[in-house]
Amino acid sequence: MPFFSLTDLAKENVQAVQDYSLLAGRSLTNIFQRPRYYADTLLQADSVGVGSLPIVILTGFFTGAVLALQTSSTLQQFGSLSLTGKLVSLSMVRELGPVLTGLMVAGRNATGMASELGSMKVSEQIDAMRAMGVDPTKKLVTPRVVASVVMMFFLSIISDLVGLAGGFVISYFLLGLDANQYWTTAYQALRFGDVFMGLCKPVMFGFIIASIGCYYGMSAKGGTQGVGRATKQSMVAASVLLIVSDFFMTRLLMGFFQY
Amino acid sequence: MSTLAPPVEQPQPSAPPPGECVCFKNVEIAFDNPVLEGISFQLLRGETKILLGAAGTGKTLILKLVLGLIKPDAGQITVLGEEVTQMREQDLFELRRNIGMVFQESALFDSMTVEENVAYRLIEETGRITDEIHSRVLEALRFVELEHTVNLFPAELSGGMRRRVAIARAIITHPEILLYDSPTGGLDPVTSNTIIELVVKQRDVYQTSSLLVTHRLQDAFTMASHYFDRQQNKMVPATDGNVRDLHTKFLILRDGKIIFEGTAAELLRCTDPYIREYLS
Repeated sequence: MPFFSLTDLAKENVQAVQDYSLLAGRSLTNIFQRPRYYADTLLQADSVGVGSLPIVILTGFFTGAVLALQTSSTLQQFGSLSLTGKLVSLSMVRELGPVLTGLMVAGRNATGMASELGSMKVSEQIDAMRAMGVDPTKKLVTPRVVASVVMMFFLSIISDLVGLAGGFVISYFLLGLDANQYWTTAYQALRFGDVFMGLCKPVMFGFIIASIGCYYGMSAKGGTQGVGRATKQSMVAASVLLIVSDFFMTRLLMGFFQY
Repeated sequence: MSTLAPPVEQPQPSAPPPGECVCFKNVEIAFDNPVLEGISFQLLRGETKILLGAAGTGKTLILKLVLGLIKPDAGQITVLGEEVTQMREQDLFELRRNIGMVFQESALFDSMTVEENVAYRLIEETGRITDEIHSRVLEALRFVELEHTVNLFPAELSGGMRRRVAIARAIITHPEILLYDSPTGGLDPVTSNTIIELVVKQRDVYQTSSLLVTHRLQDAFTMASHYFDRQQNKMVPATDGNVRDLHTKFLILRDGKIIFEGTAAELLRCTDPYIREYLS
């Protein structure tokens, strides 16, 4: 018997992609079908949105602050320290706000979803749900996907704002920049395309985080060890997929808005 | 809003209606190795079939195939007139509402109270626990003698109590078929007897068709030799001189095949060496 079969590995991966695609697709088509679980969606929105708020605010604030701090020395060499607001604003809104929020939410919620659903799977609770005539994708997956998409949108906006505030604190107190100058350059630097890009990405990221978390949870097997494995894999897959999709979305939107 | 399923304590016909409610025809399924090969049997309305066999012979798998949770590789499975092998998952949800299942480890939702667990199917229909649902839950819990646990969480219950809650959850909508997956597995003899008494009560009072998987021969023979006396409100031996058809048959699996199907008396007369050894 061969120790390692490439064919089996390829089959497993193709199967996993197929299963994920089906689950992700079902999570979206379920939105247009009854029954709809509004209470579960609100509960998830509270868990994903309100629950992630502290870490999103903290990471957003310090990212903006460190961005201002790191770039100030370079900008000073060219005598362009006044552009700090513009740099922080563009970086946060177009890229760092959505990506870092996505990574934080993935770390907190994709793993949470994978472990919660994974525990339900290995203890036959998902089978029990199916046996009682309840569709687990409608009851468990769609509310999580909808809640994550909506909440990621707002969390990214909050992250952008507190990031700008972090940049301002450094610019004003350490670099001695004028407050009016900082906020004016930060505001005027943004075009419609930048804001659109910054609001499109979190929607996509929210979908990736929830669908990946639910997929690994729903496909967990092998007892508590399997739940642990699913949790770990969900974090890795969600983070990698988030960054890869960020690249492609950026390229697509840059082409669309002719940057 | 859909109408709720009938309550537990509704009047039941004295004799089960004729016909089959589950039919397996040449069912085959394999994972790494073949598990079931050419399985064929019928479960008639009002009948109870006890599935016996060594571990890993596919007894639980048969229950999951009935529910359509797993699809066979070959063969036909008809449940309540519908061929589940050809049905989409979406269509199966409707059919499954007529089937109750008691899982091996109870599979209660650990983040919900006993009341929410038992009322799960009904809450799905109404969206909340109404007064009617609350009284139905109490009725179902009274059937398993656990009325006092209504506000507890599954983690606060013993193993036997969890099984009884799982039975209450399975019977609350009064399904046409009940599937029991080792309902007494891992329990002490006294608790096992309580569970078997509930299964017998469900069989004799409501005449629900059921498939029961067990490893405990004692439980299987208790079911085949006792009936539920409504006057005494307890399970009694069927040795009172009257001929009673307890509608209970045995089905023994070995190496993916059915090697015996018949009544307790036929089983005891069987001369097959494997079955003799299994029974000893």
